[in-house]
This record gives sequence, C-alpha cells and structure tokens, in this order.
Amino acid sequence: MSHSDVPAGATRRGFLQSAGALAGTPLMAAPAKAAPVAPAPSVAAPASLTLRVNGRSQLLHVEPRVTLLDALRDNLGLTGTKKGCDRGQCGACTVIVDGRRINSCLSLALAHDGDDIVTIEGIGQPGHLHPLQAAFVAEDAFQCGYCTPGQVCSAVALMEEARRGDRSSVTPDVRQQGATALSDAEIRERMSGNLCRCGAYANIVHAVRLVAKGEGLA
Amino acid sequence: MTPFAYRRAQSVDDAVRLGMSPGAHFLGGGTNLIDLAKGGVVQPLLLVDVGRLPLADVAATPEGGVRIGAMARNSDVANHALIRTRYPLLSQALLAGASAQLRNMATVGGNLLQRTRCPYFYDTGFEHCNKRVPGSGCDAIGGINRNHAILGASAACIATHPSDMCVALAALRASVRVHGPRGERTIALADFHRLPGDTPQRDTTLAQGELIVGVDLPPSRFADHAHYLKLRDRASYAFALVSVAAALDVRDGIVQDAAIALGGVAHKPWRVAQAEARLVGRAASDDAFREAAELMLQGARPASQNGFKVELARRAIVRALQVAGGQA
Repeated sequence: MSHSDVPAGATRRGFLQSAGALAGTPLMAAPAKAAPVAPAPSVAAPASLTLRVNGRSQLLHVEPRVTLLDALRDNLGLTGTKKGCDRGQCGACTVIVDGRRINSCLSLALAHDGDDIVTIEGIGQPGHLHPLQAAFVAEDAFQCGYCTPGQVCSAVALMEEARRGDRSSVTPDVRQQGATALSDAEIRERMSGNLCRCGAYANIVHAVRLVAKGEGLA
Repeated sequence: MTPFAYRRAQSVDDAVRLGMSPGAHFLGGGTNLIDLAKGGVVQPLLLVDVGRLPLADVAATPEGGVRIGAMARNSDVANHALIRTRYPLLSQALLAGASAQLRNMATVGGNLLQRTRCPYFYDTGFEHCNKRVPGSGCDAIGGINRNHAILGASAACIATHPSDMCVALAALRASVRVHGPRGERTIALADFHRLPGDTPQRDTTLAQGELIVGVDLPPSRFADHAHYLKLRDRASYAFALVSVAAALDVRDGIVQDAAIALGGVAHKPWRVAQAEARLVGRAASDDAFREAAELMLQGARPASQNGFKVELARRAIVRALQVAGGQA
C-alpha cells in the first residue's frame, strides 16, 4: 500500500485498534500449565491511584494486574512508551519515575501511586526536541524507531547518573568520587538495557556521545 | 497473570501479618516477581507491597560495619559512598548485574530472593521441574544444561542461583536480618540459601511470613584487595556462566585473611572454607591461588553440557585473586 492509498485521517494505530477489536480474545495465548495453587478470584477489584505524568496530575482506576506500561498506554493514551518484550528484557518501555529510569512493564501501576513520571511525550515534542532526540536524528541513531522512545528516556537518565558520579561495571575504580567521564565503553555499558533489533547501536553511541560532549561529560 | 489482590504494607508488622495469608507474596521492585507472575510460574493471590517501607537506608554501624535496608535499591547501594569505599566488591557485583533500569527498581531484599533462571523452571511449557512442581522431575538433567550447576546439585535439581550481589555478600560474610511472626532473627548469608537436595522448591531458609528487613556487613579489611569477575556470553546484561568474588587482606606481602565465593555454579553462592584457609599466612602468589582454585572446585560434577565451567571457574578464580592481589 502506497501512501496515496491511505484515506485522509486514517492512522496506523486506528487501523490496528479496529482490527484488534475484530480479532478479540483469540489473540491471547492460552495460559500454560503451572504450579497448582488455591483457586484464585476471577478478577480483583479495581483501585484508584494518582500519577503525575509529564507534569499533569492524572487519576486512574486500574485492576491490580495493570502494569505502569499498560496504564500509560491504555488508560492515558500515551503510546509513545512502547511494549517490546513486556518481560523486562528489551527496555522499549523505559520511563523515568522520580528521576530514575525503570522498565515500566515490570512495575504495577498501583505501586506508583503519587509518583512523578516522565515519558517520551514529556521529554520533547516536534519543534521542541530534547537535545538527545535531536542527536538521535542528527546521528541517524534509529531505523524502525520502535525502541527509540526507550533509548532516549534511558539516555536522558544516563546523563544525570553520570553527572552525579554513578559508577558502572566498566568504571576502572568504583572507589573514586566525582562525575563519570562517558567513554564509548561507558555509554555502551550504561545503554545495555535497551536493545535495538535494527542494530543501530553504533549510531546510538554516537548520539549519546554528542550530547555528553556538549555537557562536558565526554 | 492470574488475578491477585494488592495491598500496601503500612509497617513491618503489617507486612508480616499480611504475608501470613495464603498465597501472599511480598512485592519489592517487582523485577523478578512480576516477570514470574506474567509467565504463570508464580500465581500469587495477594501481593503485599513492601517497597515503601522505611527500610532503604545505608548506614555505618558503631562497630565499623554497614547496615543496608532491605528496600534499598541495587543502584543506590552500588553507588553509596560507604559501599564504594568500604566494600567495593559489593559495588562491583551489583553493577555487574542486570541493566541500569532493573538496578534502579530491584531491592536488596528482592535480590536475595531471586529465583533461578533455569529455562525449565521459567517456562511452564516444560512439564518436569521439581522446583516449580515438586515431584514432577527435572528436564534440565539431560536437557539444555550449559548454564547449570557443577557443584552442590542433586538428582532433583541442577539449577543455579542467578544473583551477583549475593556472591559478593557471601565473600563479605554478610548476614540477613528478617522479621517474622515470632520477632526478628539474623541468618548468616551462608545459611540463607539452600542446596536443592530433594526439596528444590525451597530456595532459602525463610519461613512463611518472614520479611527481610536488612543486610549487615561486618567491618572489612578487604577494601584494598577485592575483585568481582563475571564471565558471561555477552559483555553486559546477562547472567553469569561463572563469577568470582575474591577478596584478600594482604599486609607486608602476606595474606592475613581471604574470601572467595563463586556464582553461576551452584544453587547458592559457593564457598569452601579450606580454599580460603589455604591462602592465609602465605605470600599472595599464583601457586597459592591455583591451590585455592582446586579446593574451591573439589567434588565438581558437571551435567552433560557444562563441563567447560570447571576449567572456566578454575581460571576465573586464579584471575580474580590475581587482580584482587594487584598482580594483574
């Protein structure tokens, strides 16, 4: 399908949502055999919580199983945060909570009542890109772009970690204090929680290094 | 995930009380428990969120040690000035584990309670796992067992403990403080994790309802001569094939005290008192290190695909001791 075939106003997300609604539950994998336990309730009661997301206070009602990732995407419509593996292995779901980068897929929404959350939508917007977003564009640090929101959120937090002197497993001596110089080895190690299946790693390192240099960290 | 109720514990006593209810699990950072729940490996009826209990401090003790709160996050412990200067081995081990995101979430208490990453345990598509379904058998024995145990395993289970932090804690002779229905008790780290025997479903010596409240590190003379060496299939963000926490107290060229613990090779961090004793009173030398390595690996029994781990561990122990001793 060429771009000219797309009806005005149609979006990829809108198409996927309607197709998903048609397909319905058969898309869900059947639960595999597991350890026997006492009979569980079929559903747990929803609870309410407040999240401060990108500076705005938001009241949500969620079932206890809802992850922070699903709450951001499904309840708040902030679909910039991506679901990759949904098992804490790929980093596509990385958001910044109270200043710390975390995997939102492995965190229950209810555990974040009152927390301050920054997603890619709060990092920058078209026309007002964050320096790291601009660097990803300048350095051609993505192909399909699916992992990019997580990569950018991770890199934004990385800068702050380096500034305050956090060590990594490639830092020669953990006992030394002071800001960390972000060598390429440091950048690679510190970005290892974000996988890129297109393999844009080399340019991701370039983009992070560009911003680190600008901030006097490399 | 099967449905569960969620409660935030208001105090340690509240947590212990809630933790006594059937199907209750304590939720810390969630990095392992939520993953296990998503896979159906664990089917909790109640998650008791203990992540906000006021147990996140890292503080010096009057005796010269450090007390770490159970809810302190792995990244905060690794980067704490007291840990970096007095226990660099622990900083190194923590930073060798997982990713920055996961270290920001994971608690010290949760790290102690990590379940094995044996794929036959983790994937409920496999029918035989004595750890997940007691009495069902073990598909890892005779299966894909390249990552499995070479020491302390049993006919029921050859899984390994996945933690890096615990390996360093073992070498640093830490102890775990737990609070339970009958009050508080302290468990030496060496006694905290179990060998599988014929009850591999039990990873630790904790009782139902007992909550880890902290880890105590005794005063240490290992800060100047310690090294954590982790060998894995990729350079970062992978579990260990073999890891070594090596620490020496060397004065006037003579080893006064030594600690060695291995990760990735057994159901718990592996220590051998005779191996450490072999180094004491001698010069820190390759000969002594090789003798210690032999003693560390005495009785090693690889499975069908992990024979390489014996030689890998032997060389890793010598290398870690060389680096710790300043000779490499």
